[in-house]
Amino acid sequence: MVKRIVAGAHDGLRDWLAQRVSAVVMVMYTLLVIAILLSQSPLQYAEWKALFSHQWMRLASLLFLLSLFIHAWIGVHDILMDYVHATGIRLGSQVAVILALLVYTAWSIQILWGA
Amino acid sequence: MEKKRPKHLDLLKIRLPLPGWVSILHRISGAVLFLFIPFLLWLLQASLGSSETYSGFKDALASPLVKFVLLCLLWAFLHHFFAGIRYLALDLQLGVELTPAQASSTAVLIVSIVLTLLIGARLW
Repeated sequence: MVKRIVAGAHDGLRDWLAQRVSAVVMVMYTLLVIAILLSQSPLQYAEWKALFSHQWMRLASLLFLLSLFIHAWIGVHDILMDYVHATGIRLGSQVAVILALLVYTAWSIQILWGA
Repeated sequence: MEKKRPKHLDLLKIRLPLPGWVSILHRISGAVLFLFIPFLLWLLQASLGSSETYSGFKDALASPLVKFVLLCLLWAFLHHFFAGIRYLALDLQLGVELTPAQASSTAVLIVSIVLTLLIGARLW
């Protein structure tokens, strides 16, 4: 029987795919932002603010940030599995990272729609 | 029969090949970017708040310490970006032979440093 531990590895294909899909989303958003910045530099406060008042820009930014948080979770999870071997500390760190990323998600929505 | 294999686990003695450098720097840059997410979200929030928070954001960018941190984060982003694209290409079986793999490692290392310096010089 395979001995599986709490906070250990599970089936990796989903993570592998999510890591790459989120990466591609972030590359596309990065290219979009670079194109916008190059087309209207130097950017002043009014244009910057106006850019983020568009619903498509808010949604694209949220999609980028959600991809970032999923991507960060997979990467940090891998790092913790490689270097932190004490199950309790590893589980605690993983929970802390998940909670932080959930807080960042709420914060991102507040930044994008609250402004 | 027990084989006597040399073990070089002393980090200071290991001579890492270039793709190895790209790999460990990909991990380090990713960890750094993760740790600075709240800082970057805070900058985004300040830049999108009111014209007062925006000028606060501009003042923050003028500080040499923030500039240095942002320059390091820019390198981390660029390295992670290009090394990541290299890994996506390797996943697609592109450039997996030794020579192209070494060449793309060199390109990732050089392009991210040069772009960091160019963008840094242009912004400041």
